[in-house]
Amino acid sequence: MAETIDAEKVRHIGKLARIELSDREVEMFSRQLGSILEYFDKLQELDTSGVQPMAHPTDIRNIFGDDVPHESLSTDEALANAPQRDGDFFKVPKVIGEGR
Amino acid sequence: MADILDLSALELRDAIAAGETSSVEATEAYLDEIESTDGRLGAFNEVYAERASERARSADSKRADGSAGELCGVPVAVKDVLCTPYGHTTCSSKILANFRAPYPATTVAKLEDAGAVILGKTNCDEFAMGSSTENSTRGPTRNPRDLDRVPGGSSGGSAAAVAACQCAAALGSDTGGSIRQPAAFCGIVGFKPTYGRVSRYGLVAYGSSLDAVGPMTRNVSDAALLTQVIAGKDPKDSTSLDEPVPDYLANIETPVESLRIGLPGEFFSDALDPEIAATIRKAADLYKKSLGAKIVDVSLPHSRIDRDGNGDLSSYAVACYYIVAMSEASSNLARYDGAHYGHRTPESGLDIVEMYSKTRAEGFGEEVKRRIMLGTYTLSAGYYDAYYNKAMKVRRLIKNDFDKAFEACDVLLCPVAPTTAFAIGEKSGDPLTMYLADIYTISVNLAGLPGIAIPAGLSKNALPIGMQLIGPLLSEEKLLRVARMFEKASACPS
Repeated sequence: MAETIDAEKVRHIGKLARIELSDREVEMFSRQLGSILEYFDKLQELDTSGVQPMAHPTDIRNIFGDDVPHESLSTDEALANAPQRDGDFFKVPKVIGEGR
Repeated sequence: MADILDLSALELRDAIAAGETSSVEATEAYLDEIESTDGRLGAFNEVYAERASERARSADSKRADGSAGELCGVPVAVKDVLCTPYGHTTCSSKILANFRAPYPATTVAKLEDAGAVILGKTNCDEFAMGSSTENSTRGPTRNPRDLDRVPGGSSGGSAAAVAACQCAAALGSDTGGSIRQPAAFCGIVGFKPTYGRVSRYGLVAYGSSLDAVGPMTRNVSDAALLTQVIAGKDPKDSTSLDEPVPDYLANIETPVESLRIGLPGEFFSDALDPEIAATIRKAADLYKKSLGAKIVDVSLPHSRIDRDGNGDLSSYAVACYYIVAMSEASSNLARYDGAHYGHRTPESGLDIVEMYSKTRAEGFGEEVKRRIMLGTYTLSAGYYDAYYNKAMKVRRLIKNDFDKAFEACDVLLCPVAPTTAFAIGEKSGDPLTMYLADIYTISVNLAGLPGIAIPAGLSKNALPIGMQLIGPLLSEEKLLRVARMFEKASACPS
């Protein structure tokens, strides 16, 4: 059931994952990802009809917190690791605009 | 008194409490040991010498006031995936090379509240993704038992540091065996508690439904001591369990009566090194003949290990685990975007998507990229059902197998890893071969169970062989006692 993972597919996955890939990586991942996915296909041998999917190992439910204000990071603490800062803001390249 | 470095955490705690030694003395001895041995081992990413000395002085004065905590100035190390509000928290990744966490992980805060002195942060596979501590921007950690071999991973730095007496004990994290497998490779004890028994707050997330923090120690009692300190409900981790924490040390020396030990037949196939198989069977014999346990054969059909047409190993559990772990990883690691913290590409004039893509290309290592890519694929439209959803169903089948096995026994006894420590470079070229180093540990994370690795013997070339004991959810107290029974009986001079 695994489709072929060719260079084009690898580039597409890289785009979805927001990772720019070098030509060497595209070549390497086109070799490797297919065989790993083929390995994953082993699960198709198992009949899982009627089996409830298990997302989590313990029986947890949604937990509601009390709506009370409490201390959190100060603006300076939150911005301390910012690669680029502009006053009280994280500075990033333009997000909205022409293209994309 | 014996050399201070030879004392277990518990012995050291008691010696400091009794005034036979001090935290300052112990901390200095450990810092000296790190200084003189870590150039060879590479166990530490960062050492906090000054802060540790200061904390040791404070622990000693607290002891004098009678207000010392349970760890009373004992020097410990923590894996570099646990946040500390001092130094860096790097996950051995370039993308976090300069990251300074604004808050401590709950486990780190609890250690310090109990009086522990944090010596430094230990090396690991990048973002805990690996089984050898070779995937690290800091370079590999070496196995203190044989410097040409890996210490296992991903908590290889913590395992090596404990085995080489660079700290009294350490914390690791375990998503698929990352505490237990390096413990086995280095000949120490590694304990992964029940999922949610210990808070994950401040543990950098990899696979959130699998991740657990736990102790790596010289012996079982130390594992009990550290678990005691770090366990419990944390309001900052909504998945932490609101269950009472028993006193793990109180009855650690009391053998479990009418003990039934299950041997999962599937784990003793030809995938297992015969020397390891013999060691585990010998351990079962010891439980039976010297400790009065009943040995029962049990089955974990969905964790079975087969050989495919090419003779390569295959296992439903490995496939299931890697789909779940990589899917969760691709989602968790989306946060490294170069916008809020961590590395950002120095290239300018990029639009936002180019900035993300270059930042992540520069910041992540090869294995991390591979897992994000695979996780992105298995969660993508059109493939979600075939991979992620299918894996979640198989996960249920794996858990059901354990539930059934525990109807017939109290704990399971099995190998930790299919081989002893392998050579540096031996498996790093082939990701799938590396993934198979986890065949005996991953099912435990999928089911959320507690599992402990303890030393069981040595191979003919003098490498440690570990054995694994697995218990039902929240059976830590009993599991530690069962481990202690073996440790005590096997240490008896014959």
